[in-house]
Amino acid sequence: MSGQTVPADFSGHMLDLDEDEDLEVFSKNTSLVDGSPMPNSPSSMVNQYRLEEEEEEEEEQDANARDIFVSVDNPESHVTAIETFIMYRVVTKTTRSEFDSSEFEVRRRYQDFLWLRSRLEENHPTLIVHPLPEKFVMKGMVERFNDDFIETRRKALHRFLNKIAVHPILSYSQHFKVFLTVEELMSHRKQGPGFLSRMGETVRAVANSVRGLRSRPEEFTLMQEYVDDFSNKICSVDKVTQRIIKEQREYLDELKQYSPTYSQWAESEEELAEPLRGVASCVERCGLETEEQIQHLSQVLVPALHEYVLCAETLKAVMRRRDNIQAEFEAKNEALASRRVDQEALQEEVDGLADRVELANNALKGDWSRWQNSMRTDLKTAFLSTAEKNVEYYEQCLAVWESFLLSQRAEPSEQNDGEDAS
Amino acid sequence: MMMADSGSNKEVAVIVNTDITSTESENNLINTMVERGTALLRKMEINVAEAEKRTGKNTVNMQETYTVYLIEIRPAETVPEGGTPATPDTLWRRYSEFELLRTYLLVTYPYIIIPPLPEKRAEFVWHKLAADNLDPDFVERRRVGLENFLLRVASHPVLSNDKIFFLFLTEEKGWREAVLETGFQDKVDSRLKSLSAMFRVKNPDKRFTALKHYSDELNTVISQLLRVRVKVADRLYGVYKVHGNYGRVFSEWSAIEKEMGDGLQSAGHHMDTYAASIDDILEEEEHYADQLKEYLFYTDAVRSVCRKHELIQYELEMVAQDLVHKKQQKEELATGTVRIFSLKGMTSKLFGQESQEQRESRLAALQQSIQEGEETLKEKNTECHQTICRYLITFSKHEVVDRVPSLKSES
Repeated sequence: MSGQTVPADFSGHMLDLDEDEDLEVFSKNTSLVDGSPMPNSPSSMVNQYRLEEEEEEEEEQDANARDIFVSVDNPESHVTAIETFIMYRVVTKTTRSEFDSSEFEVRRRYQDFLWLRSRLEENHPTLIVHPLPEKFVMKGMVERFNDDFIETRRKALHRFLNKIAVHPILSYSQHFKVFLTVEELMSHRKQGPGFLSRMGETVRAVANSVRGLRSRPEEFTLMQEYVDDFSNKICSVDKVTQRIIKEQREYLDELKQYSPTYSQWAESEEELAEPLRGVASCVERCGLETEEQIQHLSQVLVPALHEYVLCAETLKAVMRRRDNIQAEFEAKNEALASRRVDQEALQEEVDGLADRVELANNALKGDWSRWQNSMRTDLKTAFLSTAEKNVEYYEQCLAVWESFLLSQRAEPSEQNDGEDAS
Repeated sequence: MMMADSGSNKEVAVIVNTDITSTESENNLINTMVERGTALLRKMEINVAEAEKRTGKNTVNMQETYTVYLIEIRPAETVPEGGTPATPDTLWRRYSEFELLRTYLLVTYPYIIIPPLPEKRAEFVWHKLAADNLDPDFVERRRVGLENFLLRVASHPVLSNDKIFFLFLTEEKGWREAVLETGFQDKVDSRLKSLSAMFRVKNPDKRFTALKHYSDELNTVISQLLRVRVKVADRLYGVYKVHGNYGRVFSEWSAIEKEMGDGLQSAGHHMDTYAASIDDILEEEEHYADQLKEYLFYTDAVRSVCRKHELIQYELEMVAQDLVHKKQQKEELATGTVRIFSLKGMTSKLFGQESQEQRESRLAALQQSIQEGEETLKEKNTECHQTICRYLITFSKHEVVDRVPSLKSES
C-alpha cells in the first residue's frame, strides 16, 4: 500500500500563497495597491482586480511548475448487452520519471473514478480528497444521459482529477498512476482489500465512535466546529443561489408576456407603432440577457458551491476517521494498562497505533491549511465571475434601452429640420 | 410643476381615419378653438403643490382621515431677471371635490372627452402597500394625477371656459353650492340611462365606429400591459429580496473565516443594499403604470362619447323617419288623397275636415319644427366630431411624449 511513507516536512510541496490583499474590490479603499486612483466603472474595477489576480497566479505557477497535466473530455456512449454507460477520455501529459511515457490516453467510466477516490481515502484517511460529482441528480430528475448532465459531470470529473494532480501527496499515489495509465482498469480494480475487509474496518470504526474519545486535541475541536459551521453556511449559500435561479426564471417567464402585448398594441397605432415595436424588441433583448445570466449562475456559481457542499461532507468524514484512529489507539492503550498478558506484543501494537495517530494528525494539519487556501481561491473565483456577469447583464440591458431612447430622441429633431427646410 | 404643452396644439398633422367633407373649414374652426382655448393658460399657471392629512366629521357624523391637495394659481407672466415670482393664490381640495367637478363636466359636455382623474381605488396592484390611500407614495402619485387633470382641462378649448371649473380653482368655500345650483345632477340619471340603452343605428358613422374600435383595442391592450406589469413586478421583487438572504448568510459566514472574513462581510452589506434597492425601482415604475392608467381611463371617456354620438345618431334617424311620415301627411293634406290609412284621417273624414287655414298653419309649424330639429342635431353631430378629432391628435402626441421619460426609468 502506498502512502505509508509520508515525508515529515512537505513544505517544499506546499503552495506558498501570499496574504490575500486582493479583497479591495469589496471595500471602500479609494486607491489601488500602487497608489493610483481607483477606476470608476464597476467593470473596469473588476478588470483591474482580475489583472492583479492573474499576476499572482503566474508567480505561483513559476514557483511550482507543474509536471503533470490531466484532462477529461469526449464523453461517449458505450453499449453492452447488460448496460449502457458513458466513457470519458482521460489524457495525461507528464514529465515525471515514475511514468513510462510522457503521454497517456485512456477511457474511464464514472465507476472507475469512484474506485480511485475510495482507494485514495483508504490509503490517506486524514487527507482531504476532493469529492466526486454525485451519482444521481436528486432534484428535477434529469435523465442520466441528458447532454447538460453529462457536461456538468465531465467538468466535475476534470476538476477532481486536477485537484488530485496538484496535491503534493495524492498525486504520487500508485492508484492515481494506475488510473491514468492502465488500459484495462477492471483487473486492477479487483485487487486490493476486498469488500469484507472494508466492512470490518467500518464496524470497528462504529464501535470506537460509540465508545467516544478520551480527549480531542484543542486544534481539532476548533477544526470540527469550523467544519460544522462551514457546512451550514455553504449549504445556505447553495440554497439561496438555487432559489435565486428559480425566482429569476419565473421573472423571465412573466417578462416574456410584455413583447407580444406591445406588438399587439403597435398594430392599432400609426405614429406610435414604430416606438411600440421598438419597446417590444428591447424587452425581448433584455429577456435574452436575463436568460444568459441565469445560465451563467447555473453553470459557474452553482457547480462551485455544490462542490464545496460535498467538500464539507468530506471534511466531516475526515474528522470522523481521525477521531477513529485516535479512539483505536486509546482503546488499545487502555487495554495495555489493564492487562498483564502479552505486554510486549501489545506494547508494539500500541506504539504502532500511536505513530499512526501522529501521522494522521500531521497529515490533516498540513492538508487543512492547503484546503482552506484552495477553498478561498475557488469560491472567490466563482463569486467574482458571478459579479462580473451581473455587471455585464445590467450594462447590456441599460445599453439596449439607451440606444432605443436615442433613436426616439433623434426623430423630433429630424422632423424640425424638415419643417425648417420646407 | 408643469405648464400644459400649448405647443402641441399647433400640430394639426394627423387626423385619424376620416373622410372629411370640408377639411379647410374644419381646420379653421380647430385653430380658432385653439386660440380661444389656451386663453386660460395664458393667464395662469396651475399646479397641485402639496398634500396634507386632515381629520374631520363626515356626512354621517363619523371621524375620518382624508387627504387634501393644495392648488396653486399664479398669473403666467415672465419673471424679470433676478426677480421673485408672484405669490400664488391657493386653496385646498380633496379628491371627492375633483370627482364632483368631473361628474359635472361629464354631464354638461356629453360630447367632449373629459380627461380622467387618477384612480379612486388602486387597481393593478402588486404590493399591498400600493393600495393604501394614506401611503405617502400613493398620495404623491395621486397629486401628480390631479395636476395632470387640471392642466388637461385648462388646455381644452371648451372646457377651460367653463365657469364652474374657474370657480373650482378660485373659490374654496361656496364652490360646492355653486355646482349643485347648476342642477347638473338631474342630468346624471339620464346620462347613465343613455349609456346603457340598447338600440340599433341603421347607418352608423364609420368614423365613430373606427374610433370606438380603436378605443376598445387600446383598452384591451393597456389592461393586458398593466396585468403583465403586476406579475413582472412581483417576480422582480422576489429576485431582489432573496438576495437579502445572501446578506444574512455572508455576514454569519464572515464570523468563522479569517482571511475571507472582511470580504464576506462587505459582500453581505452590498447584498443588503441590492435587496433594498428594488423598492425605489418599483415605485418609479408605478409612475409609468399611472400614465398607462390615464389612457386606460381615457378609453372609457371616449367610449361614452361614442355611445352618446350613437344615441344622437339614433335620434336623428328617428326624427328623419318621423320627418318622412310628416311629409307624407303633409302631401296627403295638400292633395286630399289618403295614401296611408290613419285614424286621424278617418276621423276627420267622418267628423268634418279642418279649415284650410288651420291645415296650412299646422303644416308650417310642422315644417319648422322639423327643420329646427334637423339643424340642432346636425350641429351637435359636427361639434361632437370636431372635438373628438382634436382630441385624437393631442391623445397620441401625449402618449409619445409621456412615454420617453418613463421608459428610461424602466431600464
